[in-house]
Amino acid sequence: MSILIYAENQNGKVSKGAKELAAYAKAYGDKSGQEVVAIGFGLENPKELYTYGASKVLNVEDPILKNFNAYAHASGIAEAATKENASLVLISSSNDAVYLGPILAKKMQAGYLSQVMALPEDGDTFIVKRKTFSNKGIAYTALLTEKKVLRIAKNSFGLKENPVDGNVESFNPNIDASAYDMLKVIKVEKVSGKVPLTDADIIVSAGRGMKGPENWGMIEELADVLDAPVSCSKPVADIGWRPHAEHVGQTGKQVAPNLYIAIGISGAIQHLAGVNSSKYMVVINNDPEAPFFKAADYGVVGDAFEVVPALIEKLKVFKQG
Amino acid sequence: MKILFLMSSVPDTTSKINFTENDTKFDEDGIQFVINPHDEFGLTKAMQLKEKLGGELVVLNVGTAKTEPVIRKTLAIGADRAIRIDVEPTDSYFTASQIAQYIKQNNDFDLIIAGKESLDYNSGIVHGLVAEMTGIKFVNACIGLDVIENNVIEIAREIEGGKEIIDTTMPIIIGGQKGLVKEEELRIPNMRGIMMARKKPLEVLPAFEAEVKSKIEKFEKPPSKGAIKLVEKDNLDALINLLHNEAKVI
Repeated sequence: MSILIYAENQNGKVSKGAKELAAYAKAYGDKSGQEVVAIGFGLENPKELYTYGASKVLNVEDPILKNFNAYAHASGIAEAATKENASLVLISSSNDAVYLGPILAKKMQAGYLSQVMALPEDGDTFIVKRKTFSNKGIAYTALLTEKKVLRIAKNSFGLKENPVDGNVESFNPNIDASAYDMLKVIKVEKVSGKVPLTDADIIVSAGRGMKGPENWGMIEELADVLDAPVSCSKPVADIGWRPHAEHVGQTGKQVAPNLYIAIGISGAIQHLAGVNSSKYMVVINNDPEAPFFKAADYGVVGDAFEVVPALIEKLKVFKQG
Repeated sequence: MKILFLMSSVPDTTSKINFTENDTKFDEDGIQFVINPHDEFGLTKAMQLKEKLGGELVVLNVGTAKTEPVIRKTLAIGADRAIRIDVEPTDSYFTASQIAQYIKQNNDFDLIIAGKESLDYNSGIVHGLVAEMTGIKFVNACIGLDVIENNVIEIAREIEGGKEIIDTTMPIIIGGQKGLVKEEELRIPNMRGIMMARKKPLEVLPAFEAEVKSKIEKFEKPPSKGAIKLVEKDNLDALINLLHNEAKVI
């Protein structure tokens, strides 16, 4: 018996989400006596998964299959699950994995739970904790099927290292490539350079308190010092100060960094619903009554136009030290 | 063009979330229900397509009678008629089975629009399962959709750090979200719409036989965070110290 993980990549490199899946699978595999096997599509550094506990990596090298197609990848994963005798398959919460999850579950005739935030509970029944109600509730949910697919919530388990010896196997699943014609990708547009918001360890975010788009220079400088991407609140995207792709919140991107710094954002419930999975939150706001002060871990009451430049200088000194 | 809009009725975002019956049920007491925020973008998109290309817009909801005020709201915004499958939507598989069986009996829809996730149980599974159960193809996280000609459509899908444009054909099921239409285009019911909605058909169907694959055993609230630590604005070294030594995030 083994646990299979869907190891995604970014430009060939094993994704952060894949490492977290390997760590989760290894921790559960040690409890339940199962080996961790990963399947990747065109991984350039598959051995990196050994560090997090995967002892076997099935690497699909067919160049057509390197590109994501939910049907093709789901079919490859299902075939790998049969081959490796895996009744539990783990996927991440990336856009691609969220998309293929139900397709994979149906193909495997498996039960499927998403937003899983911790290892399965001890006991005879298979029960996992799920995030619900935009992180305002946790549901202990029993999965009643023999085969299972779990989608793990971002940054909920962490990148715990647990090195093992492993091997990489070239894998040629029997995939019907017509899915690539059925859903034909004619263009891909990616913002180059920075880490995507949904994968970032640190995010610097700003809101209406910045008074105008011309004042974002200091936000970007702070982000650069911390090697972080920039995001914004909904009103700021709606008035066009910043692009919609930077909007984090309930209807924008849902993020889960280790550190979220909110500058000039009051902290409306809709905003918090998209960021409250962050491990730590810092608020900088001149209004001590801003609701964000009730949600954050650390706060500075003060004018962003004074605090942010001062913080940049302090951080530069810290980084040099 | 015939469009089916799959609608979830969810607690308003500002609701206080509490649990009842020994923490086994969500406490609906005093909760205001609304159209799922992700669904709203799809509903407006469906209205725009109907106005441009003609056709019919049908709303489908799986839920008990208490969802009817929210269904009426979609009719007030402009949907032509509504179907409610009369059962509590428990697990995703069960709910998807209800919708899939309805679609199999009424299989003349060109476009089926859902939200990418409902903001109550946050599973994001139902519409994808419906696609698999009916054999209709599926694209999730849609942030743009254009009908090019006849049944040819172009869909923008959100990916990590960007988007991809997909060329495909209808029939199709999509998971919609912000971007499908602009925020300022979102429609809200007006008085005339509300009056007209009262006369539009809302058909109630009995539940289909279906399997359940998961069961919520109990709920709990996330552990509350400790009190915020405030740092004086002229002592930012203290903030860096906390982030480095206590939180260990820088």
